[in-house]
Amino acid sequence: MQPIVQARHLEKHFARFTAVKDVSFTIPRGKCFGFLGPNGAGKTTILRILLGLSPATGGQLTVFDLDIQQQAREIRRRIGVVPQQDNLDPDFTVRENLQIYASYFALPRREIESRIDRLLEFAALSERADAKTEHLSGGMKRRLTIARALINDPELVILDEPTTGLDPQARHVIWAKLSELRDRGTTLVLTTHYMEEAERLCDELVVMDHGLILDQGSPAQLIKRHVEPEVIEISGELPDSSELEQLCRIEHIGRSHYCYAHNPRPLLDHLQNQQDLIFLHRPADLEDVFLKLTGRELRDT
Amino acid sequence: MNAMNWQLPIIRRSALTIWRRNILVWRKLIGPAIVMNFGEPALYLLGLGFGLGFFIGEMANMPYLTFLASGIIASTAMTTASFEGMYSVYTRMVPQNTYEAILTTPLDIDDILAGEMLWCGTKSVFSGIAILLVAALLGAVHSWHALWAIPVVFLTGLCFAGPAIIMSALSPGYDFFNYYFVLAVTPMFIMCGVFYPISTLPEVMQSIVYLLPLTHAVELTRPLIAGNPVEHPLLHLGVLAGYTLIGYYFAVVLTRKRLIV
Ligand SMILES: Nc1ncnc2c1ncn2[C@@H]1O[C@H](COP(=O)(O)OP(=O)(O)OP(=O)(O)O)[C@@H](O)[C@H]1O
Ligand SMILES: [Mg+2]
Repeated sequence: MQPIVQARHLEKHFARFTAVKDVSFTIPRGKCFGFLGPNGAGKTTILRILLGLSPATGGQLTVFDLDIQQQAREIRRRIGVVPQQDNLDPDFTVRENLQIYASYFALPRREIESRIDRLLEFAALSERADAKTEHLSGGMKRRLTIARALINDPELVILDEPTTGLDPQARHVIWAKLSELRDRGTTLVLTTHYMEEAERLCDELVVMDHGLILDQGSPAQLIKRHVEPEVIEISGELPDSSELEQLCRIEHIGRSHYCYAHNPRPLLDHLQNQQDLIFLHRPADLEDVFLKLTGRELRDT
Repeated sequence: MNAMNWQLPIIRRSALTIWRRNILVWRKLIGPAIVMNFGEPALYLLGLGFGLGFFIGEMANMPYLTFLASGIIASTAMTTASFEGMYSVYTRMVPQNTYEAILTTPLDIDDILAGEMLWCGTKSVFSGIAILLVAALLGAVHSWHALWAIPVVFLTGLCFAGPAIIMSALSPGYDFFNYYFVLAVTPMFIMCGVFYPISTLPEVMQSIVYLLPLTHAVELTRPLIAGNPVEHPLLHLGVLAGYTLIGYYFAVVLTRKRLIV
């Protein structure tokens, strides 16, 4: 099947700063494709290029086989967007926000009312249809923004950090809604810095940092490729780490120690004999991959 | 630095959806809007028209009240469009991110700003009608002929919308607009023939004042309200239309530069 997005060697420079460097990826139809990266990695910049809202400095990009430079309007007609920051129209109620947004797509007004009812239902906002948007909670605003992104029945929905800043309940509700969408065949593209979100939702992932793609693949492939399958986290003062280093690959952050191994048995036996160490044995996950690829030092510096 | 996108804007029907959005918001706030529309001109006409009019009597062969009312109709079109094009457009462009949301639909900046300008023109018409009504009630208007001033007011609104939106595209914040009011709007209000005929100004100043759009708006509205023939209508309409087109073009180019980065 034709991929939905094909990007080749995308570059984006802001003055002398390079925000996106030689980025290539292919987004297949009907899948959830994720961009995973720390703050400033270039995720939002890539999404803006995808929408024709930021001209790339170099490279080629087609969306739905259309050229972004020539046919951005046609492309946007078929896409739904959930931006990083909610930008609902504060001059209107919940329902009016959907009506007004529908009018920008020139959707026939008769058809639209029933679709709005369905979307309000989907977003669990039917009760709040006449509320002003400023009176909604963060989770409700996010759900309304997702409903708004679906108003044109898009083939592709782009979500920039859909659950950042939400509480766990709200996050789970949104994850369920997004899975539902994907199961209906809508292609999803999302950015996140939550590993759990990427692991749950994404069929395929790009891990990026400093504008570069570090690796791509399914969550399972990435884990397999970069880290040993078993992790034992130890907290507390290690008496003798050289002995442990015989048994596993070990990384230290402060008083926490992460031991990665293919066979954790000998290590576990060794730890059983130590009295005051607290440890946790778990399978490796994306977070381990992420930290390995992007390093453990703090961002925003 | 991104290269500027100088491409000529394309005006499409979708601009009307932006106009419609604004009129729906306006409808919600119709109470205060009407008080503004009627209150301010009524004050001018009552206070200045009768107060000053008592001493002046006639100006340029018409009652001072008629002279003033026709000038105020044009200048209010200017201030209405300028306020809308600055404070309201800026609010939607920057703090409220309304344009950011609209730009993820098929609409472009071309459509958004064409819609905003049409809306500025429309709002000017609302205020123009209000003044016309007040003026008629005060006996300053004598014929239905005066209704021809309404399309002129619309064009005047369009003409001042462009520069105001340009200010929004360049502005770092609301305070910035004070410059434009002090350096452009207020001087035109005082110099362009709203309160007295331009012919009383020194010649050098006259030739400067003739370059300003408000002068031409006043030259059109005044005879239309007073029921006199308009002199050089094509010249005045041409100047207003020229400012409109050039203003729209630069508003689009500068807003692209601000938002499409
Ligand atoms: N308009 C701009 N001008 C200059 N630099 C910019 C501009 N937009 C983004 N950048 C820079 O480009 C880099 C990538 O930004 P981007 O917003 O794409 O990151 P991100 O991965 O979305 O980060 P976050 O997780 O914080 O949203 C950052 O260093 C940012 O400062
Ligand atoms: Mg971002």
